Amino acid sequence: MGFDNAYEALTEGQDDARWAFGTGFEDPLSGVDTTLPDGVDGADLAAYCVMLGDDALIMSHRLQQWCTWLPELEEEVAVANIALDLLGQARLLLTRAGAADGGGHGEDYYAFFRPEHEFRNVRLVELENGDFAELVTRLLVFSTWRLALLDRLRVSRDPVLAAIAAKGVKEITYHRDYAAQWTVRLGDGTDESHRRMRAALEAVWPYVDELFTAHPVEQRLAVQAAEGNGDGARGGDHDTAPAVAIDPGTLRSEFDDVLAQVLKAASLERPEVAPIPGVAGKLGRDGVHTEAMGYLLAEMQSVARAHPEGRW
Amino acid sequence: MSERGEWPLYEVFVRSKRGLNHVHVGSLRAGDAEMALRHARDVYTRRNEGVSIWVVKASDITASSPDEKDPFFAPAADKVYRHPTFYDIPENVPHM
Repeated sequence: MGFDNAYEALTEGQDDARWAFGTGFEDPLSGVDTTLPDGVDGADLAAYCVMLGDDALIMSHRLQQWCTWLPELEEEVAVANIALDLLGQARLLLTRAGAADGGGHGEDYYAFFRPEHEFRNVRLVELENGDFAELVTRLLVFSTWRLALLDRLRVSRDPVLAAIAAKGVKEITYHRDYAAQWTVRLGDGTDESHRRMRAALEAVWPYVDELFTAHPVEQRLAVQAAEGNGDGARGGDHDTAPAVAIDPGTLRSEFDDVLAQVLKAASLERPEVAPIPGVAGKLGRDGVHTEAMGYLLAEMQSVARAHPEGRW
Repeated sequence: MSERGEWPLYEVFVRSKRGLNHVHVGSLRAGDAEMALRHARDVYTRRNEGVSIWVVKASDITASSPDEKDPFFAPAADKVYRHPTFYDIPENVPHM
């Protein structure tokens, strides 16, 4: 092999694969049983997949909107990579939703042809983009929360959900690291960067409590197979079959620990701000969103709706 | 920072899964070496190219000058005897 040739040495095999594409790609769902597990309610599973899929889809869209606005070329690529990771998770989850509820809807239906009140993402992900500090803060909060969630979902009773979670954990571990690195740099940087990080924390924090508020679907799927043990949602430690879903309330202590550690290293403090309540107790998981969501969907869905038969 | 200085340039070396050594693949800008490593991961390994990355500040590389090409390299051009090809290898010596 010619190690004096960068391109040649980078290719994996001796086939015609071009260096730029690498080789040895994996299908995250390879060998996974996609039939609905016994005793799992298809409609509930579909609703749960839509929740997690919408979180990833909408967060991905907000990150995509950062393209060409980031401070450095390298950050452009980093944030685009993260957005694409989340889009990939959204596609798998929304596809699973379509299969689980038997409605025969594909991923594009869920992304492009649902009205606002059918989107079940938490409100954190839909907020208007702010400055770079806001991006970093929102990504830190989101990825810390989602990593804790997917980490536990790897033993979900639904093998597809478990496989998607296993793939996602590796991706989001990096997203969290990226956000934490920047949190420390900016928080512990100049007066101006510190001030902006504090402002970002105050803007994002009112939406944190919602992340740990369980929707009835999450509650049902989290206890479904626990059979009187009550701990089954954490999965694996007991004789009971693992649950399908995770009660997000159980993620709070890990989230608080990680955030405390990062904020301390960044010379920042957890802000004292009140949570933003939903409308009559309804939150993003119930399909009630902030004003920003309508504008986001109008943009995200416009091309698909203008060309409903289009393929690309 | 109202007046932004430019981040220093780093050279990036990637080792592929099959490769034995790190190969220079390009360069990028970063605030420090830790950031450069992450940028390298994002910019140069996003298509499954590598399993290990080195970054080094471009200013830390001492390079030979094109002006010195002749004194540096030309003298080796006619010393073919420096290649170990003038020996008969005994048949019972493997892996040669």
